[in-house]
Amino acid sequence: MSTPAGLPVRGNPSGLTSLNTKSRPAERAILGAFRIAAFLTVLITAAILIALAVPSISFFAQIPVVDFLFGTRWAPRFADASFGVLPLVTATAWTTAIALAVAVPFGLGAAIYLSEYAHPRARRVLKPILEVLAGIPTVVYGYFALIFVQTVVFREWLQLPTESFSVLAAGVVMGVMIIPTIASISEDAMSAVPVAMRQGSAALGANKMQTTIRVVFPAALSGIIAAVVLGVSRAIGETMIVAIAAGQQARIVGSPLEQGQTMTGFIANAALGDSRVGSLEYDTLYAVGLLLFAITLLMNWISIALVRRFREAY
Amino acid sequence: MTSLSQSNSLRGRVRGGDNSPLSMAFLFLLWFSVFFAFVFLLTLIVTTWIDGAARLDLRMFTEFPSSAPEDAGARPAILGSLMVISVTALFTLPLGIAAGIHLEEFANRRNWFNRAIELNVQNLAAVPSIVYGLLTLGALTAMGVRDKNIVIAGAMALSLLILPVVIIVTRESLRAVPLEIREGSLALGATPLQTLFRQTLPSAVPGIATGSILALSRALGEAAPLLILGALVFVSFDPNGLFSGYTTLPIQIFNWTGRPQEEFHVLAAATSIVLLGLLLAMNSIAITIRNRFQQRW
Repeated sequence: MSTPAGLPVRGNPSGLTSLNTKSRPAERAILGAFRIAAFLTVLITAAILIALAVPSISFFAQIPVVDFLFGTRWAPRFADASFGVLPLVTATAWTTAIALAVAVPFGLGAAIYLSEYAHPRARRVLKPILEVLAGIPTVVYGYFALIFVQTVVFREWLQLPTESFSVLAAGVVMGVMIIPTIASISEDAMSAVPVAMRQGSAALGANKMQTTIRVVFPAALSGIIAAVVLGVSRAIGETMIVAIAAGQQARIVGSPLEQGQTMTGFIANAALGDSRVGSLEYDTLYAVGLLLFAITLLMNWISIALVRRFREAY
Repeated sequence: MTSLSQSNSLRGRVRGGDNSPLSMAFLFLLWFSVFFAFVFLLTLIVTTWIDGAARLDLRMFTEFPSSAPEDAGARPAILGSLMVISVTALFTLPLGIAAGIHLEEFANRRNWFNRAIELNVQNLAAVPSIVYGLLTLGALTAMGVRDKNIVIAGAMALSLLILPVVIIVTRESLRAVPLEIREGSLALGATPLQTLFRQTLPSAVPGIATGSILALSRALGEAAPLLILGALVFVSFDPNGLFSGYTTLPIQIFNWTGRPQEEFHVLAAATSIVLLGLLLAMNSIAITIRNRFQQRW
């Protein structure tokens, strides 16, 4: 890093007092720039809130909040338009639940193995490979979910009674995508459990499995729950996999083999069409976006609070 | 360090009297979890390769998208991706690194406002990418921009998306530099900023570079915010500036996956291989930087 221009750097006669930044306008300017950059992040949050709230307010001026939250028919583009968001919410609930059913057992299994059983050398190799799963673009996952999981595995091999799309295919693939998130945070939490607790358990005659399940796991529980909550938040917000593989029809989803449109799927699909700015349709995007943002924000808060707890515990 | 070696022996494999069937079954389940993830990853890579390899030829890099699959290529998508990512890096890196420096080195952590900023950055990192698309769409609408499918708009959305990541990475890298380095520098008469630019920051650069490249590779694979900005259009020209129309590799993959004809799925798979190759290259650079230059204190 080069020294910023204009700074007196060498042979400064007042070397001892140079800690006093007030005498250096250039330094003050740079520090000010840093401060502004940090402050910008608050502006971004404010901008998100405003950008989501303004169109949402005009949306809710026309559609009562109760009709939106508890209506069971989602048909914003039809002549007899209806704006009940429940079909989107059920699809999101299905994909999220399926994703968690995959990600929680496999993620925790991997975390326990890496934290408690794996040789340090094995861990150094296995962990980065696991992280690769988190680095694969979601659109590639979406392609895989639709072309391989749904079409080849579910329909050709397993002969499942399902059509072109299903929330199951989208959910399963999304679950694998979330495995590294859950594994990595849970592993951190379990590694943070003091060795003395394992030693104490071993000294009392517990074997390794008993120690892991009855001592390490409960001690790391808040961190593990934080990992799961973060996983939920990622599953709810994930867009491309569901936009490609879950389907485009917004209706209440009754079984995992049905297709369904999630909240994110709706936003992505509606954006493809040409919705005029200021039209009810355009505002609808933001109303759904606001709901999505509110849900994920709540999840993040819970997760952050839980992580703080396990960090402070030991 | 004794506790570490003890932990290793305690955390070792199942040994000695711990070979009960239940313990072995438990260990097997754990193995299976890791195994499942790897098999899935392998299947994804192999099937994508099998689907796309036939079409992974020069046409992929020289031709424009076309309604005739045999003539189609991803040239504008490749150029568009590179362009959008470069602009994203120009936007995000200075801002993110500056904000990270402020929060880690200069902000008073007991001040409630600074703690609010910290919490806010953590929250922003977990906001769904599609929300950043909505934000950018709203902001451009408010500014009166009509055609939102332009390079600078896409780069803006992706910058917002990865800014929190760059901030967090910068902070972690700076935190890894021991306090003694700063104290030594200050004791020798350097100003706080001289200390930063000559001691702390140079030591943290490898970590920041690695993390930033990983953040940019996330942006490279991201499609949702660009979709919101109307990037799914037929582009038969090279992007040629900040205000040019564009398409990117993920958008092109999404487009081709959505078509009913088999031939386009082949193209989508071939484009996925190109994208994965690009990401692999970026990740290799990141890991090389980390292994080569990272200091252990």
